[in-house]
Amino acid sequence: MSLVARHLEEAGIPTVILGSALDIVQHCGVPRFVFTDFPLGNPCGRPYDAEMQRAVVSTGLELLEDATVPGSVVRTPYLWSADEGWRDRYMEIRDEDIARLAAMGEARRAHRQQLREQGRVRSE
Amino acid sequence: MITPPVPYMDRTRRYYEAQGFEKAYVWARFDGTPFTVPAKPVAESTVALITTAALYDREASDPRMVASAETDPTPERLYGNDLSWDKRATHLDDLNSYFPIDRLRELVGAGRLGSLARRFHCVPTEYSQRRTMTRDAPEILERCREDGADIALLVPL
Repeated sequence: MSLVARHLEEAGIPTVILGSALDIVQHCGVPRFVFTDFPLGNPCGRPYDAEMQRAVVSTGLELLEDATVPGSVVRTPYLWSADEGWRDRYMEIRDEDIARLAAMGEARRAHRQQLREQGRVRSE
Repeated sequence: MITPPVPYMDRTRRYYEAQGFEKAYVWARFDGTPFTVPAKPVAESTVALITTAALYDREASDPRMVASAETDPTPERLYGNDLSWDKRATHLDDLNSYFPIDRLRELVGAGRLGSLARRFHCVPTEYSQRRTMTRDAPEILERCREDGADIALLVPL
């Protein structure tokens, strides 16, 4: 998505991204980013919280008006929940996951190889 | 105290390592970042809404293409089962939590925003950055221009 934002901006359409993966977005570099520190999936605010969603979207519009330099980031003040355990659990690798992940990787490589042989994907 | 953000790049690297992928994913990185000053006030601008969600429930092996649909009427739902997001912590049951079309409409009604573009756009999240830069991003740009979009709001899952 960051690449699309850069492309539009370069072509003269100002952009703002609403999102939660701060490190990935900043690594790429984007014109404007509204960062909400939530689990990936709800970049515009908590489900069914219209007021929060409106505030997040409004922050994006304000950033479009106020930003003067590329890479402008605003962090919204919201906390996902009292239990912040989701932070550690996302893509967590516990001892009991190791064999399952290795098998998943094997299956993915085999599937990809099969598609490649059928000419359905390019080998890049 | 502000909690440090989740280190997604590091987590992703370790996750794929655990799956036995030898070559780590290389995230896009550039020296400079483009910047365009809005030509008119937001209250007079047409906004294009751009998501990574899909118009139908894709299989992981389905080809991923740029897709667009009318903003009016509001789509009943969009789909993201084939994408990486925190499926343990949250859900996509509320469209506006990841595709804020009703919130934008309210802001148009309140005079805060000019209008919503005729179509919204779905961007495939491609493993290949080259494909995103040479195929998908130019396609999105063309569609935004066709619809007279002045600004774009991008909402990746």
